[in-house]
Amino acid sequence: MDCDVIVIGAGVVGAALAYGLARKGRSVVVLDGADRDLRAARANFGLIWVQGKGSDAPAYSALTRQSSDLWPGFLNELSNISTSRVDYARPGGLVYCLSEMEYANRHAVNERTHNQGAQADTEMVSRVQLERMLPAVTLGPDVVGASYCRLDGHVNPLQLLAALHRAIAALGGKILFRNPIDRIMPVSGGFRVSVSDGTLQAPRVVVAAGLATPGLTEPLGLAMPLKSERGQILVTERVAPILPFPASGLRQSADGTVMIGATNEKIADTAVTAASATKLAQRATRIIPALGSARLVRQWAGLRVLPLDKTPIYAESSDHPGLFAVACHSGVTLAAAHTDVIAPAIANGRLPDDLAPFSNGRFNVQKCA
Amino acid sequence: MTYDVVVIGAGPAGMSAAIQLRKAGIAVAAVDEQAAPGGQIWRGVERNAGPVSAALGADYQKGATLVEAFRDSGAEYLPATQVWQIEEGWNLFLTSEGKARRIKARAVLLANGAQERPVPFPGWTLPGVMTVGAAQILLKSGGMLPEGEVWIAGAGPLPLLYATQVLGLEGRIAGFLDTSKRPGLAALSSLPGAWRDIPGLLKGVRWLWDLKRSGRMVRGFSDLHAEGEGRLQHLQWRAGNEQRKVRADVLLVHEGVVPRIHETMALGCVHDWNSDQNYFSARLDQWGETSRPGLFVAGDAGGIGGWLAATLSGEIAALGIARYLGGSPDADSLRREAGLDERLSRARALRPFLDALYPPPAEHLADEVVVCRCEEVTAGQIRAVAKVSAPDPNAVKAATRCGMGPCQGRQCGYTVQALVAEVHGLPLADVSFFNIRPPLKPVTLGEIAALGDLEEA
Amino acid sequence: MFKSVHDKPGKASDMTVFVNGAETAAWNGETVASVLLRAPGAERRSTVSGEPRLPYCQMGVCFECLVIVDGVASTQGCLVPVAPGMRIESQHGPREISK
Ligand SMILES: Cc1cc2nc3c(=O)[nH]c(=O)nc-3n(C[C@H](O)[C@H](O)[C@H](O)COP(=O)(O)OP(=O)(O)OC[C@H]3O[C@@H](n4cnc5c(N)ncnc54)[C@H](O)[C@@H]3O)c2cc1C
Ligand code: FES
Repeated sequence: MDCDVIVIGAGVVGAALAYGLARKGRSVVVLDGADRDLRAARANFGLIWVQGKGSDAPAYSALTRQSSDLWPGFLNELSNISTSRVDYARPGGLVYCLSEMEYANRHAVNERTHNQGAQADTEMVSRVQLERMLPAVTLGPDVVGASYCRLDGHVNPLQLLAALHRAIAALGGKILFRNPIDRIMPVSGGFRVSVSDGTLQAPRVVVAAGLATPGLTEPLGLAMPLKSERGQILVTERVAPILPFPASGLRQSADGTVMIGATNEKIADTAVTAASATKLAQRATRIIPALGSARLVRQWAGLRVLPLDKTPIYAESSDHPGLFAVACHSGVTLAAAHTDVIAPAIANGRLPDDLAPFSNGRFNVQKCA
Repeated sequence: MTYDVVVIGAGPAGMSAAIQLRKAGIAVAAVDEQAAPGGQIWRGVERNAGPVSAALGADYQKGATLVEAFRDSGAEYLPATQVWQIEEGWNLFLTSEGKARRIKARAVLLANGAQERPVPFPGWTLPGVMTVGAAQILLKSGGMLPEGEVWIAGAGPLPLLYATQVLGLEGRIAGFLDTSKRPGLAALSSLPGAWRDIPGLLKGVRWLWDLKRSGRMVRGFSDLHAEGEGRLQHLQWRAGNEQRKVRADVLLVHEGVVPRIHETMALGCVHDWNSDQNYFSARLDQWGETSRPGLFVAGDAGGIGGWLAATLSGEIAALGIARYLGGSPDADSLRREAGLDERLSRARALRPFLDALYPPPAEHLADEVVVCRCEEVTAGQIRAVAKVSAPDPNAVKAATRCGMGPCQGRQCGYTVQALVAEVHGLPLADVSFFNIRPPLKPVTLGEIAALGDLEEA
Repeated sequence: MFKSVHDKPGKASDMTVFVNGAETAAWNGETVASVLLRAPGAERRSTVSGEPRLPYCQMGVCFECLVIVDGVASTQGCLVPVAPGMRIESQHGPREISK
């Protein structure tokens, strides 16, 4: 055997798991794909987001909260090990409501989440309260109010990914880039994959290859039902600080750039469209009209990795013990949980029972129902 | 508005193409971010007269005829207008005077030219340091001459041409740091073809001799530093074992030009690596068509060839577009009758010679040098990230913000590529360029929002 | 740093513009970025370290000429010809968004 665990995929999910495994003293090799592969980890919005998450899935809602609480400690250690800067803040987050109806709907989502037993950490704030929270801007006439969750935060997702990569290396792990894997071969006592200069064997394999995951696990009988969804994002030039709170779809980074997004489109390529740019720009300037003078510097698109019911999948093969697969949306939010909760479980060889709601078995149940 | 063809760039290539397309009765709009036609070479040609025009030389004056023909061609000319997004189909999103709009076309010709190759060195961000091309534009635009201790560092025909023009107007240049390979700039006096048309060139060569005699012509040096408090005050370099330091107010640099590729890159066209000159350019067929049907490239944007080659490739692309639109079944014979291919190969004959004389610079870049001017990312930071990531400039961009500023990687793209190649021990050709994303120019959110609802492409 | 060949003693300039409030002579055909090279104290301050910067390329590709022209921030000065009475203001660090 060449190492304890092979992780396939060096996106934010695979990297957080590999980092967690390395912290548990496991020797890891991470394999990543081609330069132009789909990479949600480089296309995402950077929210560490609790409000509304898993409003119909209590276990997901709880895991999200747990991860959000783990984040400060997780980041502290990550920054030290990787010796890199990662901009992170947790001032709480907003969802702007641009009509009475949006306000009422948002209120209902919060009630539903709270009724599942979560603490009442999300509240509705009126336009007047909002004006006090955002002294540097004038809100557009359509803004009715917002919902505010004190647990929400944001991070620079690109710095996060780079820091995870550095930390893996600092802990003795290896990342082999430009190393696409087309299949996983079960061998006695583990698994074998081909790499550019030979083969690699390990008793355990974790597949965290985003949308490419099912293609690797399904030949071995491990179903990973995923769909993709395109999200387009706009980012402006750097501007002086005006937005102290991240919001769903509108946040100012520590660098000063303003990010606007993301669309939800049933389209499987990463092209960007002027039509989406206009929609995103319209909504942002309805919230804060003065943003109309900010210059757009870049527009990009990524594909969300969406389990069919939007809840993460943490799966383990029963036919091939030692084969794990992880796929989720919100891999940034869940990064701390992946490092601190999921990785240690994989290091111990099995996923504990309290993660059962996240197993891929749930999809069969749904099919029967 | 819908046109048959939108031409982007009203320089030699774009104007020639527009004229040719109009002759075939094709409806053309020509968009250019500059306020007047002529492109980089013929900037201000309609306005400049007297001593400035005389000093700019015969090649410059020739532009007036083409500009006039372009004005009279019936092409709709949209000056001071930037194209900020191109969608296949073809939709072009423009901005001018703070207002965005969309126009449609059946075919698009990119004739957007070249930019000077950015070459970072210590101090290149100091006020007072700029490119030779920039100084020449200043001369053509408002008759500006550099003042004080003016130094030029670089290679290629442009520094000599510019120096000649400045001397013709009684300007002064203190010294020349020649980075070309032997036999050096003086060899230009014996050049064939287009460049020899400059009658003043001999004057420039005489000036070079004078410089040499007075020790102000420096060759075979290394470690050029621009230094100063808040602006350029000194230059330092090493020659042999000697460290030299001179006073300087202006330093003009030039290491050749490279095609503008952001447009074709953003559209996902196939590109090839030119290993003589170290640049990418869109792969073109014999009519200038890219890998995207209906999208054509002419002039320096498709590979550096100079203004004469640009006008000819513009004419060829115009015939190709007419053919593409179905209006010109005789494009082949027109091309032959006009002798376009022979004329083009004659115009390009000089190229291999220039490539050999002026290979792209390859000096080692010190870790502390700023590579990305916008985001102020140094070579050392890029190397550190490249060591732990894929040999992919996009990984470096993601981790450092290098290339994410307003210039969108136009200044740092090739340097990042070279550093990634260096760290991974790969040939340049094996390392790609940044992923280029719209907008092509930083347009305001207000302008975009005001476009109203557009149908999804 | 630069001076126009048209700038001769006793000859009036073509127009006057205002750079950070100061009256500045300007010539037909030149751009805002060209004026920045002559006007004292017209440096931009970079958005990261706050270093002084002046226009570098004059052909629209380096964005070192970003400046406020008649109230419009982050305008590429090298693409805008001067006009009489034009108000040109330097940007220092990340630009401001008005309230
Ligand atoms: C528009 C958008 C906005 C988002 N906003 C947020 C947000 O605000 N907050 C949040 O928490 N989450 C957000 N997300 C989700 C988050 O980005 C993803 O959950 C996360 O990046 C998924 O990571 P991943 O590692 O699974 O996939 P990716 O990041 O896509 O990484 C997959 C990796 O696997 C590699 N790979 C693929 N195939 C192979 C193979 N055969 N062999 C080897 N390697 C392979 C690829 O090279 C790639 O590096 C957003 C997503 C999108 C698209
Ligand atoms: S001076 Fe370079 S973009 Fe204007």
